[in-house]
Amino acid sequence: MENRWNHMEYMEGMEVLESDVMTQVLAAMNQYDYEKYTAEDVRLALSNDIRTPKDFGALLSPAAAPFLEEMAQLAQQETRKHFGNSVYMFTPIYISNYCENYCIYCGFNCRNKIQRAKLTYEEIEKEMEAIAATGLEEILILVGESRKQSDVEYLGEACKIARRYFKMVGLEVYPMNSDEYAYLHECGADYVTVFQETYDSDKYETLHLGGHKRVFPYRVNAQERALKGGMRGVGFGALLGLADFRKDAFATGIHAWLLQRKYPQAEIAFSCPRLRPIINNDKINPKDVHEAQLLQVITAYRLFMPFAGITISTRESARFRDNIVTIAATKISAGVSTGVGSHVEELEDKGDEQFEIDDSRGVAEIHQMLLERGMQPVMNDYVYV
Amino acid sequence: MKDDKLILGGHVFNSRFILGSGKYNLDLIKAAVQHAGAEIITLAVRRANSGGEGNILDHIPAGVTLLPNTSGARNADEAVRIARLARELGCGDFVKIEVIRDTKYLLPDNQETIRAAEILAKEGFVVMPYMYPDLNAARDLVSAGAACVMPLGAPIGTNKGLATKEFIKILVEEIDVPVIVDAGIGRPSQACEAMELGAAAVMANTAIATAGDIPAMAEAFKKAIEAGRSAYLAGMGRVLDGRASASSPLTGFLAE
Repeated sequence: MENRWNHMEYMEGMEVLESDVMTQVLAAMNQYDYEKYTAEDVRLALSNDIRTPKDFGALLSPAAAPFLEEMAQLAQQETRKHFGNSVYMFTPIYISNYCENYCIYCGFNCRNKIQRAKLTYEEIEKEMEAIAATGLEEILILVGESRKQSDVEYLGEACKIARRYFKMVGLEVYPMNSDEYAYLHECGADYVTVFQETYDSDKYETLHLGGHKRVFPYRVNAQERALKGGMRGVGFGALLGLADFRKDAFATGIHAWLLQRKYPQAEIAFSCPRLRPIINNDKINPKDVHEAQLLQVITAYRLFMPFAGITISTRESARFRDNIVTIAATKISAGVSTGVGSHVEELEDKGDEQFEIDDSRGVAEIHQMLLERGMQPVMNDYVYV
Repeated sequence: MKDDKLILGGHVFNSRFILGSGKYNLDLIKAAVQHAGAEIITLAVRRANSGGEGNILDHIPAGVTLLPNTSGARNADEAVRIARLARELGCGDFVKIEVIRDTKYLLPDNQETIRAAEILAKEGFVVMPYMYPDLNAARDLVSAGAACVMPLGAPIGTNKGLATKEFIKILVEEIDVPVIVDAGIGRPSQACEAMELGAAAVMANTAIATAGDIPAMAEAFKKAIEAGRSAYLAGMGRVLDGRASASSPLTGFLAE
């Protein structure tokens, strides 16, 4: 069995922030008793103009389930007020799937026997060129979490290449220190997404058995370090289905809410991933988070933070995605592969994928779908300054 | 009415309706402009900063004055950089300064806006600053060379109307450049009210973007703005406070 070292202790070299955000998030989550909310609490939350954390708690509670249609309608109004009918399009690019972590639900985990690969700078350029040719102007760079295989310098070069092909560059990579975020910002990235997976630290400990990702507080504070490093926006996401999804969704919202209060200029975004099957384990599933619960979570995010971006994953079905972009989601990926080197034929299948996607439609198909639904596909709404 | 023109930085406009463009389908922009009778349309430089698919610049009818805004700027320096980029993109010399460092309410930062206005006016831009309706800030903006001031009626996107009415009245009274009410106008009646108060023009985006029929709502706004303007020029009568008033209850004795 593993030597289960203390996951609450920082490793050497990890920046420690003077911040009470994590303490506040965990305290709020621990006090959140979703069973105690009533239909009346939900009605009040729905009627409020500016919604409080208590309202958010009500909207995520089982008592809100009968109000799902009303939540969706209100969410749609809020989305239209803040975003009109714009839906932003992007795609992720996986440039390396080496990983030093042992997270039992993830296809990239270091114990999982999959084909590993890391793209050279030339290969990254070829991939990006191919993606840009589809008309996309926003890219999200992803790597498996290996600082050794994909160090900050490697990521920086990838950002510089990306800036030549895309207007907007986001990162979904291992958490790092604020000076490293500052460096990647200089290289052209402006958005950082870190999935906390779960805010339940006891559960977290049992799922993340090895590697730097095991250090729970370093991961929770990643968004704050990214903002200190000068990033314009940060993304949050709990992997729904790992632990108690209501508590995780609540903690995710409170985390974003607290950081926006502390850094009012920060652009906030939510991702709402559910568990998916991986190579060598096709039994993984999102458990009690069915589509109705996912819709409740997404609309609760929207009603709590009407100005926040919400990204809808290819983990979800085309049917769900096509509907949610008209209700609450503001960003949708297209032409997605979670493998390494999948956009250029000569690189195809260089490295295996992280998880199975559900919606494999390309850029043109998603673009057409948005137009058919009366939405405006937007490739870019951002300027690097 | 024929001689009633809106003058901004030496440019003359007949329409007093400034149309926003960022929240609806690109192929509706043309119809909205026509039905609104708008001569000025705003666009976010960050949206225009796009050579490819869905470039908003390709959808704006010829002959309409572009008003690029600096949305995305969090301080004066960023606003200045975005304004210069707009000029490079061929968007002309008009610029609507938006400096926002609060992503929740999108309230403008007056101090940084004044700083950006100073720099951009010196560079020859027709500076149109989005602002919180503060008299001192408005005076500073005028001193900085702003061609108008654009106080918010209510927070962007809220459709709450003239929540800042009393302060806008003060600006209309005290500020010598056009006062253009921007943000928060949710209904034609609210646009009409702003014009009755003496606003020089009204800008709207969300109210039109969220309407069922965008061109029809654009036209409704056009009519409301014209009506409000006519009422202002006609000289508004006194509005009674819900009580009838005898013609001379206290001084009538003089005639006895």
